[in-house]
Amino acid sequence: MLEIKNLHVKLADEDKVILKGLTLTVPKGEVHAIMGPNGSGKSTLAYVLAGREGYEVTDGDILWNGESIIEMEPDERAAKGVFLAFQYPMEIPGVAGLTFLRTATNAVRKKRELTEMTTPEFMKFVKEKAAKLNIDFEMLKRPVNVGFSGGEKKRSEILQMAMLEPTLCVLDETDSGLDIDALKVVSDGVNALRGPDRAMLVITHYQRLLNHIVPDKVHVLADGRIQKTGGKELALELEKSGYAEFTGKAA
Amino acid sequence: MPAVQETVAQVKKIDVDQYKYGFETDIEMVKAPKGLNEDIVRFISEKKAEPAWMLEWRLDAYRRWRAMTEPTWAKISYPKIDFEDLYYYAAPKNSEGPKSLADVDPELLKMYERLGVPLQEQEILAGVKSDKPRVAVDAVFDSVSVVTTFKDELAKAGVIFCSISEALREHGDLVRKYLGSVVPQSDNYYAALNSAVFSDGSFVYVPEGVRCPMELSTYFRINERETGQFERTLIIAEKGSYVSYLEGCTAPMRDENQLHAAVVELIALDDAEIKYSTVQNWYPGDKNGKGGIYNFVTKRGDCRGRNSKISWTQVETGSAITWKYPSCILRGDNSRGEFYSIAVSNGYQQVDSGTKMIHLGKNTSSRIISKGIAAGYSQNTYRGLVSAHRKATGARNFTACDSLLIGDKCGAHTVPYIEAKNSSAHFEHEATTSKISDDMLFYCQQRGLSEEEAVALVVNGFVRDVLQQLPMEFLAETQKLIGISLEGSVG
Ligand SMILES: Nc1ncnc2c1ncn2[C@@H]1O[C@H](COP(=O)(O)OP(=O)(O)OP(=O)(O)O)[C@@H](O)[C@H]1O
Ligand SMILES: [Mg+2]
Repeated sequence: MLEIKNLHVKLADEDKVILKGLTLTVPKGEVHAIMGPNGSGKSTLAYVLAGREGYEVTDGDILWNGESIIEMEPDERAAKGVFLAFQYPMEIPGVAGLTFLRTATNAVRKKRELTEMTTPEFMKFVKEKAAKLNIDFEMLKRPVNVGFSGGEKKRSEILQMAMLEPTLCVLDETDSGLDIDALKVVSDGVNALRGPDRAMLVITHYQRLLNHIVPDKVHVLADGRIQKTGGKELALELEKSGYAEFTGKAA
Repeated sequence: MPAVQETVAQVKKIDVDQYKYGFETDIEMVKAPKGLNEDIVRFISEKKAEPAWMLEWRLDAYRRWRAMTEPTWAKISYPKIDFEDLYYYAAPKNSEGPKSLADVDPELLKMYERLGVPLQEQEILAGVKSDKPRVAVDAVFDSVSVVTTFKDELAKAGVIFCSISEALREHGDLVRKYLGSVVPQSDNYYAALNSAVFSDGSFVYVPEGVRCPMELSTYFRINERETGQFERTLIIAEKGSYVSYLEGCTAPMRDENQLHAAVVELIALDDAEIKYSTVQNWYPGDKNGKGGIYNFVTKRGDCRGRNSKISWTQVETGSAITWKYPSCILRGDNSRGEFYSIAVSNGYQQVDSGTKMIHLGKNTSSRIISKGIAAGYSQNTYRGLVSAHRKATGARNFTACDSLLIGDKCGAHTVPYIEAKNSSAHFEHEATTSKISDDMLFYCQQRGLSEEEAVALVVNGFVRDVLQQLPMEFLAETQKLIGISLEGSVG
């Protein structure tokens, strides 16, 4: 279970406060969606969950399976099952996708005290997962994300997620930039990972995605806090009325 | 605090002392007295039972060196070297005489085993260790070559691979014809010094039309205190021949700085190709910049024949100071020179390295790919010259220099000189400098890599196109070495 308690976050180098007492619980087996206006702090929340530098937690705590993770290094969190599909995935020149996947998979397996995968095991595993996500195997021989289209980057994020077998999946606008067919493929990939041992947090601007990945709950994040929580229908409401109600509160 | 800023603090803790080749070997040595004069030059020549012309050649070089001064143009700084306070000759006792593996001091064999240098020719020949690559090795310990493997097998193909001392005794005419023909005695201060006192090194001769049947390599090891190492390598590729040669080097950890001043000469005749690779891992000094090797090296290849090709690939991770510009003289028409370089500096290391491509013949081409990685408090300079002579019509060059900075206390510099005395020359130059970004490291760490693994992965990606130039046998080891050299470079 993911428990975010009264989380206050500011930028480390500036006075800007972004999250102002955010509280949220995602039990295992559930998928929660987060929606909210641009600049409301959705990506910040995702980064803070993953342990990116540059943010300072001034109050509150984040517990994953009962254990506080806010002091942990990003790779320790990854070993504990935290995975972030980035809104803007990074390019790594010169490092082939396969090398990256293999290094990451084995790094995580080692930290989880599992045996490292042999080359044939790894190749079989990656071929299978790539095929399911409609990812051309040739693309994995190219450097990570370099020259990838927006949609290709997002699909490659989901492939990494499938390979690393995380238990807490945070997806930051994975749907933006995807064409209709790709949206279906990616959603199928995400749905395939749904299970009683996984919790998922899906950040999106569009209720369309939630037709494919049906959430258990929808939260509205505005002005650094969860302003409203509801079921799937909340997304439809927002589509009609926008965020005026919540940003109004902020003003 | 972003990781890169944190580096500043963390860098103070850099553990360059992880240098794993830093052990010392206890071997009884024969040394010349300290200091340098004509008698020392005579001592060295006599120890090696050299022909008379060689002694004269050395003395000539010595007198020229006396009249020269140390160059100061490189972007490096170091206390003045006291050339009178060094030993110029140190050799393991009983190392003279016939050299087969059976005669080598077992202590020395043990040392090479610890260093991972494959000297067990018998076992490899007998197929016992068939997983090991077949590489012929010339092992040079301080001032002398202790053994050269696979000599007989190479001789069957007509290839001569032996120490330069042996070559002077057995193939004197060949050495005399080519020695100093690429790097003259008075070429520069360190080359002159080397010409006077060089102790050993390798000699390779590949006859016409022969493709050398295996990788050749020389392994240099400095062991003795206060001893300079001055090796001399001469490689001759006759018409239509091919050879690939690799040198590796290590030294024990010492508080004092040790001097290494080598000269390498390559000669490629018509249609011949020489591929020369270096993995330089001399002791870089400790985390405070104390100790380490001063590496002042002159390496030059002469593409003397038509359609000849010389390619230098270097991976420089060691030494406190590196002063090194492997160059190509493109004399033959249609000849080609290549320089692929990875220079990694960490701690207080100073690297000033690059190449010279001198286009003399018609339709000559050259290619320079340099990757500099600076971390810690190090300074990393690429210095290169590309020139086209008046008669070098159709000369072409492509240069790409990329620098990667880790942290903000280090520096990367690019100093390219271009001289085209010919309007048909076509020279292209690209240069980039980037910082290893926190975002890229975070991305990798989010996928489970530790910060050090992330740096190693990103850096190996950065140098990929150069790594691909290395002989397969040395690739994996080199990738690891680059990772190790950068350990402790981030928080
Ligand atoms: N590293 C940073 N430096 C400066 N400002 C930042 C930084 N990170 C976040 N911010 C600011 O914090 C606020 C929240 O940003 P965040 O990216 O979390 O928003 P978001 O909800 O993900 O927006 P979007 O829907 O556009 O993706 C924005 O005003 C943003 O400019
Ligand atoms: Mg965002």
